[in-house]
Amino acid sequence: MKLSQYLLALLCPIILLSSCKKDADETTPDSKSSFTLEFEHQVNGSALNLNTTTYKNAKGEDFKINVFKYYVSNVKLSKADGTNYLIPESYFLIDESKPATKLITVSDVPTGDYTKIEYTIGVDYARNFAGAQTGALDPVNGMFWTWNSGYIFVKLEGTSPQSTAANQSLTFHIGGVVDPNNTIRTYSTEINTANPLRIRTDSKPDMHFIVNAASLFTGTTDVSFATLNFTMGGANSVVIANNYAKGLFRLDHIHN
Amino acid sequence: MVRQIVVFAVLMLSIALMYACSKNEDKINPDEKPVTFSIPSNFPAPAYHFEQNKISNAGFALGKKLFYDARLSADKSVSCGSCHQQFAAFANLDHKVSHGVKNCQGKRNAPPLFNLAWQKAFFWDGGVKNIETSPLNAITDACEMGTDIQTIITFLKSTAPYPEMFKQAFGTNEISSQLLLKSLTQFTGVLVSGNSKYDQVIRKEAGVSFTAEEQSGYMLFKKKCSSCHAEPFFTDFSYRNNGLDLVSSDEGRSHITGVLADFGTFRIPSLRNIEYTGPYMHDGRFYSLDEVLEHYNSGIKAAENLDPSLKNGIQLNGTDKAQIKAFLKTLTDNEFIKNKLYSES
Ligand code: HEC
Ligand code: HEC
Repeated sequence: MKLSQYLLALLCPIILLSSCKKDADETTPDSKSSFTLEFEHQVNGSALNLNTTTYKNAKGEDFKINVFKYYVSNVKLSKADGTNYLIPESYFLIDESKPATKLITVSDVPTGDYTKIEYTIGVDYARNFAGAQTGALDPVNGMFWTWNSGYIFVKLEGTSPQSTAANQSLTFHIGGVVDPNNTIRTYSTEINTANPLRIRTDSKPDMHFIVNAASLFTGTTDVSFATLNFTMGGANSVVIANNYAKGLFRLDHIHN
Repeated sequence: MVRQIVVFAVLMLSIALMYACSKNEDKINPDEKPVTFSIPSNFPAPAYHFEQNKISNAGFALGKKLFYDARLSADKSVSCGSCHQQFAAFANLDHKVSHGVKNCQGKRNAPPLFNLAWQKAFFWDGGVKNIETSPLNAITDACEMGTDIQTIITFLKSTAPYPEMFKQAFGTNEISSQLLLKSLTQFTGVLVSGNSKYDQVIRKEAGVSFTAEEQSGYMLFKKKCSSCHAEPFFTDFSYRNNGLDLVSSDEGRSHITGVLADFGTFRIPSLRNIEYTGPYMHDGRFYSLDEVLEHYNSGIKAAENLDPSLKNGIQLNGTDKAQIKAFLKTLTDNEFIKNKLYSES
């Protein structure tokens, strides 16, 4: 009798707490600040210009790019002592045609010196099958397949004289999370301990990444547009994902 | 005693606080019955629980209005309800394959919509994995509603009474694809069909029993059909080939999995309300249950991925067929088909 009353007394505040919106985070003594992720788009060292500039792939074939966008998610920062911080709800859609998306400010990050960054190129398994999403994951962004649930992780569209598709088009929609055609890849890089990502209340560093769009077509398999010019998931998407896993991102420098 | 008072005080405080926290409570119209998602006692636990999408009368009303609003489609001629008709248990009566904007013909038969909260995958090939995202394909398919979500959102933002309805349903001035999809799910997810004569017999409800013919049909069905069309949903939700074609023109499941063994397999459809959901099969090739039964009796083709259990067909004589048909008709849920709560007006 008494025990159950205590239980009840104990339970009620728990119910109470969970019924309220958890606005007040657990207060930590640590201070928080922000930093910026900057993505500079290039094609083999030259600036990426949509629609106009002609580039060459590793096979020496000409191509132009009309669309270039991709997801970066589940960003995790680690310190030298091995502790890490996963940025909550970190889903970012970076789109060459929307310059503002190439500069992402992340706030509320515990201050400290971080020596490693890691993130998913694409969207984790669970969110591919979750209910209706919003923000970067809103299907309105044109990165969600409606006939085979899941996100397009990396989208590159363009043209090449070598392409055998209609209008010489190139269509690379990379996604899919089920084996054997799982295309989730992660990128991680150590940060020079001499110049770590130094997040301070009075210092908001900037991490500058070079993103090489041509990395989709080389690295593991050199792609010829004569034979591969269209993929929307499936085995050919895995070929492309294995390529860009190697060379899509490079940490260029950090402004502390 | 003191302890009891403390316990009581904490309890009251908690209750009071819980109320205080739950603002945004719907204005409950006293003579309006709250819309609920009810689970028939002979059904297992659902896969979708409405936990992240609390049902309210306002949310359901909005979902229903959207479902029946043809202005959402490219040429304003097609609504969800055009292809998913209540009198056909929300399938598409008499249409082999769906019929979209500009009279475009799709490649598949529109499935009925009920008991969706128990499904873990959607579409004939299981390509869609969440009930909330299942309307997206219809909205954007050039051959169905032929529009895009941004156009719909813009339309909704500028068309009364939608802004007010969204506000009532979700308590915000925002209209987003997420809220659009959540409200549609409050409508489609609430569509539960579980009160057919079969259900009443199974639940041993007073005064309901099978006729001798229905009972014989049920026995035959359990012997010959239940391995795939398993109770209580009359599908085990697996993907199989039932020998419609030697080589299927629709890849079916392998379109999603890329696995050769899945070529030409389709999700086993429910047989609830089957009396009203014709034409039958993924491409709507059969117009009557007689044709379907004759297919199992004599028409099974030796497709590469034909389900092994159908290798020799399913022998059915005239009496068998009549009995199975009599049983299948006990799966009709008239209360569902005629429920005014789900009707356009
Ligand atoms: C032009 C006809 C058409 C319209 C309009 C249409 N649908 Fe469908 N619907 C279909 C077809 C066909 C399928 C099956 C698709 C497949 O299997 O490839 C389907 C499948 C579905 C499913 C999955 C059912 C299951 O059991 O797998 C749901 C849910 C659904 N539609 C809801 C909607 C909603 C909500 C709307 C309005 C936004 C809508 N539909 C508009 C034809 C249509
Ligand atoms: C081996 C599994 C299997 C068995 C056994 C089986 N079916 Fe089917 N049934 C299927 C599949 C798969 C489909 C869908 C095929 C398609 O559209 O490609 C189907 C479709 C149907 C349909 C059409 C439903 C609709 O909405 O279009 C009916 C009716 C049907 N079966 C009745 C029966 C009856 C009656 C029996 C027993 C005599 C039976 N089935 C035995 C697998 C089976």
